[in-house]
Amino acid sequence: MRKRFKKWVMGRTDVMDRILDDASEIHDQPRETIKKQRMELVREMEERPGYERTVEAEQKGFYLIYHIVAVISCILLIGVLLYTVAMLPRYGEENTRADEVVERYVEHGLEETGAVNIVSGMILDYRAFDTLGESHVLFTALICVMILLRVDHKNMRSEYEDYYTVLSDRYYSLERDTIIRTMGKILLPCIFVYGIYILLNGQNSPGGGFSGGAVMGTGLIITAAAFGFDRVDSFLPLRVSMWMTFLSLMFYSFAKGYVFFTGANGLENHIPKGVPGAILSGGLILPLDIAVGLVVAGTMFGFYSLIRRGNIGGA
Amino acid sequence: MNFICNFPLFTIVFSLFSGPLCMMLRGRAAKYYTIIYECVLIILCGTVLWYTISSGQPFTYSMGEFSAPWGNEIRAGVLEGLTAFLFMIVMLCSVLGGWRFLSMDLDNSKINLYFTLINLMTAALLSLVWTNDIFSGYVFLEITTLTSCGILIVREIGRTTLAAVRYMILNLLGSGLFLLGVVLLYDITGHLLMMNMKAALTELAADPANIPVISLAVGILTIGLAIKSGLFPFHFWMPDTYGWATPTSASVLSSLVSKGYIFLLIKIYWRAVGLDVLRALPVSNILFVLGLCGMVFGSVSALRANNINRMVAFSSAAQIGYIYMGIGIGGMAGFSAAIFHIYCHAVTKSLLFITTPRLAEVSGDSLLFSRLQGSGLRDPNSGIFFTVGSLSMVGIPIFAGFSSKLLFATAAVGTGSFRKVILVMLILAVSSLLNAFYFIHTVIRIYTVYGSDYLRVRERGHHSLDYNTAAVILTACNLFLGLFSWVITDLIQKGFLMFS
Repeated sequence: MRKRFKKWVMGRTDVMDRILDDASEIHDQPRETIKKQRMELVREMEERPGYERTVEAEQKGFYLIYHIVAVISCILLIGVLLYTVAMLPRYGEENTRADEVVERYVEHGLEETGAVNIVSGMILDYRAFDTLGESHVLFTALICVMILLRVDHKNMRSEYEDYYTVLSDRYYSLERDTIIRTMGKILLPCIFVYGIYILLNGQNSPGGGFSGGAVMGTGLIITAAAFGFDRVDSFLPLRVSMWMTFLSLMFYSFAKGYVFFTGANGLENHIPKGVPGAILSGGLILPLDIAVGLVVAGTMFGFYSLIRRGNIGGA
Repeated sequence: MNFICNFPLFTIVFSLFSGPLCMMLRGRAAKYYTIIYECVLIILCGTVLWYTISSGQPFTYSMGEFSAPWGNEIRAGVLEGLTAFLFMIVMLCSVLGGWRFLSMDLDNSKINLYFTLINLMTAALLSLVWTNDIFSGYVFLEITTLTSCGILIVREIGRTTLAAVRYMILNLLGSGLFLLGVVLLYDITGHLLMMNMKAALTELAADPANIPVISLAVGILTIGLAIKSGLFPFHFWMPDTYGWATPTSASVLSSLVSKGYIFLLIKIYWRAVGLDVLRALPVSNILFVLGLCGMVFGSVSALRANNINRMVAFSSAAQIGYIYMGIGIGGMAGFSAAIFHIYCHAVTKSLLFITTPRLAEVSGDSLLFSRLQGSGLRDPNSGIFFTVGSLSMVGIPIFAGFSSKLLFATAAVGTGSFRKVILVMLILAVSSLLNAFYFIHTVIRIYTVYGSDYLRVRERGHHSLDYNTAAVILTACNLFLGLFSWVITDLIQKGFLMFS
């Protein structure tokens, strides 16, 4: 007891702690030295009497309890949720719920937003603040993946250096594959045209920025897979794609900021609504769809490119 | 409408714009831009706070040409203004205080991405504070989750990646549960705007047959936010997350992100559910008990830690327990105490998290207690700041921690329930004692030298203006909260009156 208290006051140095917690301390040393030190520490710990028995017993007991508790809590949650669903108001029946918001969207959506597609009108006009956040969610995800996967001096370990520099991505690429190249040639024009159609027609038919951008991103990915990254880099270098994302998001923020500002202050909004059904209709919906589409396409291609070669654009 | 009413909108839109802008800037430029921008935000939020205090009433601001139930809406009262103001101060101090370590922990090419994430997180936190619509809350909750994972993994050592994976899984679980709760509430009320939802729920709750559905919906939503903010049974992601992240991230995550979630929860309770409905539900009792457990178990885990950052992180778990206990006590007094503790903990924890790496730096870059001996002598400034933070955590008078503990005790007495009073007093005493054990013990340890380890390390503290400024601002906030607590509690109560 006294010994343990003294250990606590002084700060214990258990062998196990040294393996786990000294990670930051020995970070600067050469990799080989670290490996050797770790191995020595592990061996030292394993040689302690009764080590295997205690670890095994602990793990066994822990996993048994872990599995039982996991199964029980899952079953409980399922039961609770099913019970709740059974008590919810039934679909299509008269109930106490107020439907005024939904009714307003369905009945006045067309005249108020100028969009035939009510969903577009809802997400880009009535509830544009949510969508402003949502489009930045994608951008945030792209930034996180860039932090995780973009090759830099810290995450490029010496033992993988050959992989990135010598073998490179070309070694594993499908460029010489005839099937992919031929199918790419046939499909790509259709995919891009279809993507642009969905993007531009978001206010009139199902679609819009998110779905159109996803289709166009797929087109970019197929281009990269069939004809190599050089082909994509030739028309979409890193600079251009970064500026594209930046300008799209900037346009989105400021256009919506303008609408929020005029709307709340009761000022006149100078954006024309257009004739419902035409391409140029729905006020800001079309430009916003284009901005979102560019961000989504860039994000999807960015994910693929980061996973394949550890960077978004050519160096 | 006064021009100041536009300021909440400006803070959100310009922060969202600053994210992509920082991506285009170089690392150093992004840093300076962020610092200056945070100062502007502090001024804007401070102006909103001043405006709401002087005009004496809150204002709503419709986001777009369509008014309340059809479009989105944000809202600002005294409480929102005060929270946003304080959050921005803490954000600025975290960035300033961790500045030196950012350039060490991050790869040079990724510093601008880090500030991109910081700006997006600022936007999301401000939206969580200003929002008047429960679904906007969810959207910005998602941005907060993603950005927190990003600022965790940016250090790129194995431990932060592991911690980020665990953090992300638990946080996504929390977001999913929150969304489920929102969907259930929307299904039974037909509204997403907080005030309309409250009216519908009050009507529904009059019929006892509806109580189970409401309590399940509110319960699921609460569990989601409790997981995200690290309430007792869900607090095990904390030590790894806070213990290994780069200091700015640790300080932002512990003092702002989890507090943002709790602020949203309190706002939903007051404005979307309503205290009358909440009283009919078992939710607050469960939060009360879990909060009490967290206060004890968090402190016990902290007592057993042998790494200073892990200790501070586990003490966060205990402090989150305090806040949830305040919510569980309920009523104006309980919620005020909870909000006050949010402020107090935000100010104190960020001070501790930017100080500990300084102490480690003069101890051979080790966070282990055995190496930290005498580090307070080697880096006197950091030693003093750490002591201030520790004393506040323990609850010594004149520091913020004391006032919040006093408020909790008073709130418990105000409920009039004998059992609650006894429980709160007992657990407060035990928890404070445990806090004192590990914090004072650490303070003594960094000022005493025993054994030979001290001889090994002879580094001197690195003096830098940015860190000292940040630490002094945080210390001043701490003392202000401790010495003039009635000013803040008055404002909080005014804010709560504006809520309903």
